[in-house]
Amino acid sequence: MIRFVLAAIIALLALPVAAQDSMPPAPYAYNQLADPRLEAEASALMHTLRCLKCQSQSIADSDAPMAGDMRHQVRSRILAGESPDEIRRWLIARYGDYVSYEPEVSSTTWPLFVAPLLLLLVVGAVLLRRLGKRRSDAEGGDVA
Amino acid sequence: MRSVYLWVPLALFAFFAGLAAYMLTQEKDQFVESTMIGQPLPEFALDPAYAGLPGAAKADFTGKPRLLNIWASWCLPCIAEAPQLEALQKQGVEIVGIAIRDRPEDVANFLAKYGNPYSRIGSDAISEVQLAIGSSGVPETFVIDGKGVIRYQHIGDIRESDVAKLLAELEKAR
Repeated sequence: MIRFVLAAIIALLALPVAAQDSMPPAPYAYNQLADPRLEAEASALMHTLRCLKCQSQSIADSDAPMAGDMRHQVRSRILAGESPDEIRRWLIARYGDYVSYEPEVSSTTWPLFVAPLLLLLVVGAVLLRRLGKRRSDAEGGDVA
Repeated sequence: MRSVYLWVPLALFAFFAGLAAYMLTQEKDQFVESTMIGQPLPEFALDPAYAGLPGAAKADFTGKPRLLNIWASWCLPCIAEAPQLEALQKQGVEIVGIAIRDRPEDVANFLAKYGNPYSRIGSDAISEVQLAIGSSGVPETFVIDGKGVIRYQHIGDIRESDVAKLLAELEKAR
């Protein structure tokens, strides 16, 4: 019995929680916008923004306090009339491309966009040459 | 010649597999650096974080370089950097604090326990200013020059070995 009471007291004193803040979340961290059209815009944007504290999640997926504060920024800015693109650019200006899950063509990412096109061109050229060669081989065979 | 070309795909595969294996052994850089270095501070005016000191605003950053310390009473590394902030303040550096998601009584307790190197502390209850300057955690310390331009960012707690670097950056921002 004494052991149980002691264990209960220790469990109630859960210390690890001390490393988190105890403030209530920002107004729009967990509250949707009243206008469903605006909320849909905000939600779509939030799914493509990276949580800076928990870097493998979008801010829509994360319960980190900072992700909540970022959702508040997104929703209150949408409500104030900013477009999702403007908000994304505002964040990229502060944290770089890294904050966005939507790939953009920039001075460092352009090879990613150009490489597949180049590969397609090379493959096309090789195919044309091979097919052309086979046809001329076949024609040659007919004559002979 | 043909047989040499046949090995090219395998060589490419080996190269990428090796690169992936090498990168897996490298420590991951968890820090997201602010891309606001060289940019002026955004407009802000925060209420005092507790009754003992005035709040913080962009307008406070005029005349000389200062440190802008992003911290919180609930942040454990902030306890570790408290002695270094105190040492910087003793050398005549003005430190403006921004307390993230904090309560006045917690701020007062923290300062009573670990010392108070700040000239002002603003309260940022929803991380608004933190996001506006491209800071992604606590603690972070920015060097702001006399014109209010962000000149340098230190991510994480300030260790003893970082003090000289911060002093040099403050000097450079003069």
